[in-house]
Amino acid sequence: MKRHVLNPLWASLAIVGVIIGGGRFLVPDDFGVHGRNFTYGYYRLGSLQDWKDFPVKYQGRDSCTECHEENTRLNSGSVHADIQCENCHGPAANHPDGVADGVQSVSIDTSRELCLRCHAYLGYTNSSRGAMPSVEDSRHRRRRECSGCHNPHNPREES
Amino acid sequence: MTDDMIVHGVEWTVKELFVYPNEFIYWAIQIVMYPFVTGLVAGAFVLSSLYHVFGQKDLKDIAQFSLVFSLALLPVAMVPLLLHLQQPLRGIEPLLTPHFTSAIAAFGIVITVYGLIVMAEIWFVYREYFVAQIQELKNQPGLLSFLRRSVYRVLTIGASDVSDAAIHADKKAATIMAAVGIPTACFLHGYAGFIFGSVKANALWMSPLMPVIFILSAVVSGIALCMLTYIVIKEWQAFWRRRGGSSLEAAEIKGAEMTIITKASKFLLAFLVVAIALELLDLIFRGYTAMKSWDILRSVMYGKDFINIFVLQYTLGNIVPVALLLLPGRTLRRTVLALVLILFGVFMMRWNVVIGGQAFSLSFSGYMHYELPIIPHDLATFKEGLFGALTVMALPFIIFWILNKFVPSLARDAEGS
Amino acid sequence: MTCSRRDFLKEAAGTAAASALPLSAFVLLSPEEARAAVADSKARYAFLIDTNKCIGCGLCVKACKIENEVPYDAPVTRNWVERYIITKDGKVHIDSPMGGRDGFLDNNMYGEEIDPEDIAKTFFVPKGCNHCDNPPCVQVCPVGATYQTNEGVVLIDRDWCMGCAYCIMACPFGARFFHPVHKVADKCTFCYHRIKKGLLPACVQACAFGARRIANLKDLDDPATKVIMTERVAVLKDLYGTKPHAFYLGLDHDVR
Repeated sequence: MKRHVLNPLWASLAIVGVIIGGGRFLVPDDFGVHGRNFTYGYYRLGSLQDWKDFPVKYQGRDSCTECHEENTRLNSGSVHADIQCENCHGPAANHPDGVADGVQSVSIDTSRELCLRCHAYLGYTNSSRGAMPSVEDSRHRRRRECSGCHNPHNPREES
Repeated sequence: MTDDMIVHGVEWTVKELFVYPNEFIYWAIQIVMYPFVTGLVAGAFVLSSLYHVFGQKDLKDIAQFSLVFSLALLPVAMVPLLLHLQQPLRGIEPLLTPHFTSAIAAFGIVITVYGLIVMAEIWFVYREYFVAQIQELKNQPGLLSFLRRSVYRVLTIGASDVSDAAIHADKKAATIMAAVGIPTACFLHGYAGFIFGSVKANALWMSPLMPVIFILSAVVSGIALCMLTYIVIKEWQAFWRRRGGSSLEAAEIKGAEMTIITKASKFLLAFLVVAIALELLDLIFRGYTAMKSWDILRSVMYGKDFINIFVLQYTLGNIVPVALLLLPGRTLRRTVLALVLILFGVFMMRWNVVIGGQAFSLSFSGYMHYELPIIPHDLATFKEGLFGALTVMALPFIIFWILNKFVPSLARDAEGS
Repeated sequence: MTCSRRDFLKEAAGTAAASALPLSAFVLLSPEEARAAVADSKARYAFLIDTNKCIGCGLCVKACKIENEVPYDAPVTRNWVERYIITKDGKVHIDSPMGGRDGFLDNNMYGEEIDPEDIAKTFFVPKGCNHCDNPPCVQVCPVGATYQTNEGVVLIDRDWCMGCAYCIMACPFGARFFHPVHKVADKCTFCYHRIKKGLLPACVQACAFGARRIANLKDLDDPATKVIMTERVAVLKDLYGTKPHAFYLGLDHDVR
């Protein structure tokens, strides 16, 4: 007769049951402890594949040298040889797909700001930055593009 | 820039000197509201338990009210979080895949358990009333009374025995619920303090004192809010009765009020003094040990946030109310002023912890200034702006008004314990 | 009397059961899956960053933003470069405009021009996620939306993150942020999608000076690993105990 005091308990368990039941539907099956321990390895396993499937944009120098022999020849052995082509030209991604249709899929950035990243004079004498050949932007051929005089592929060659 | 591109936090953060590029004030007004509301929840419940468990008979009326008000506050505790989340539809996840190494995951469990306990206690207290209402409404025709009767029938969860033994069992069970509920309420708000206290990356938050300070000031704010709401409602009722001509009853109400208020004020003072003492202890220790972060913390606390901390929180929010409550010749008006100031002080404490903790950069070499969005111009500035906060503050009163229609906690003849 | 004691015990048991039930959200994997996930990896990736070589060109920041689709003009970034100028009066000036995305083209810091004559010491510090061994960001995630792979890479599950920002607050290094488009937490993934294909991370590939390098600490023949094992390297904010795996050469005591 006094069992009625347990009614709230049954109701509570029912509510908790609904939450757990809902979890069966809402939580992906591959969710659990994978790896080291619960602290650092509790996740949905499928997430790993999601990240592996993320598209790659930058292809690296070797994919450019396959076709662009002239500029490769100019560039290797020059002081700019260590710079990735894509640093200045943007990611190759699917290039050369679409080029035949006239789609310019790789950019050619000839702005001053690009060159000034490394070559702006900052006056830092005792650092690697100070060892870079540099110009004071306001005093060197203002507003002109650097590539007008300097060949970006081999700056020791004239444009 | 399209709406999509707006970086969360950029609209209300002003950076000064060196701040890491990704640092913004991510935890804004809603994260200030959340511990404030859970604090009120915990405090209201503890006040109610002072009667049910510790037999403080003078507090019977306010205990009734604060129990139901605690239930009204509970769903509101969820609202700031839903307004804050970048993906609110995923807000159920802490209940589905709780990562228990996180204090926030514990919140999901604790608030569920606590909610069930509060509802159970209210059920035990009001079951007899529900059964009586079903009987009364049987004689009334009409759709509305049918609906009300159905609601009460559901609320009894099949237990309609109102014999003396059954009611006695109810009372015992209610006391047990109130007792079990006290540590649960402490957990509920202790976890909020633990959420901040365990973030080692934040020089202001990381402190073992944080959970304790939070619980204490939560109890203070809960008691203060219940006292204040109780006074306001009783004065409102007295006003209407005076209007109706029965001035004698009005005086009676006033008399009963003052005893309750005096008793509750004593508890309030005790908790307030301990809370202040701990906060000052924290501050003194920081200054004494002078860790790497002390330089920037000092410049924030004694410089930019000096008014927020020492004037608004400590003086207006703590010292002045203590004086108002302690000085002889305390009137109802002075008590009300003290209560409002206390609530303001507790709010400022939450503000100074949450916003203050983000006032300096992780680099310790720069500052971030928080500009609360007043007039919203998009969803984000509404949710994390003044109007979002006001919405949260208004909700408990609306919910209480609805709840009170089924679980009356103010009328003197609504039979409770 | 006995009734209420029983009732108390039952309610307490119910509470305990209710708390334990969410653990049943754990799912049993097939043996192959479980083995593959937990299997000891042949790799533990780490960054090797040489601040002596960094000249502050910012091409690593640009490459990372483009490779990883972080909106270019948004003031958030997965990696960044900080410039430190210590002037002769002992003051430390630090900046990182747009994370160093456009490089550093002048000595104007916060509207104040610093005269090179006044400079005692200056250097650049490339930063990003440290992929710590005890990542506090993973510890505080309430829903299991961020995790560490068995190669030591800390990743975020975009489909599960609810955007509470607890992980962002927990990172002592400021590596995390809210992605403005996906509206979930984001950070450096070590270019997981690239290294799993044998490519270099975008920032490592973009660095023409060898300031950013990747090391596989489990491959003792890896030249970067040899540097970490034999030369004096430092980590950021060691006192937090997160065991960061971005190792620095030339780290100055003023670095924040």
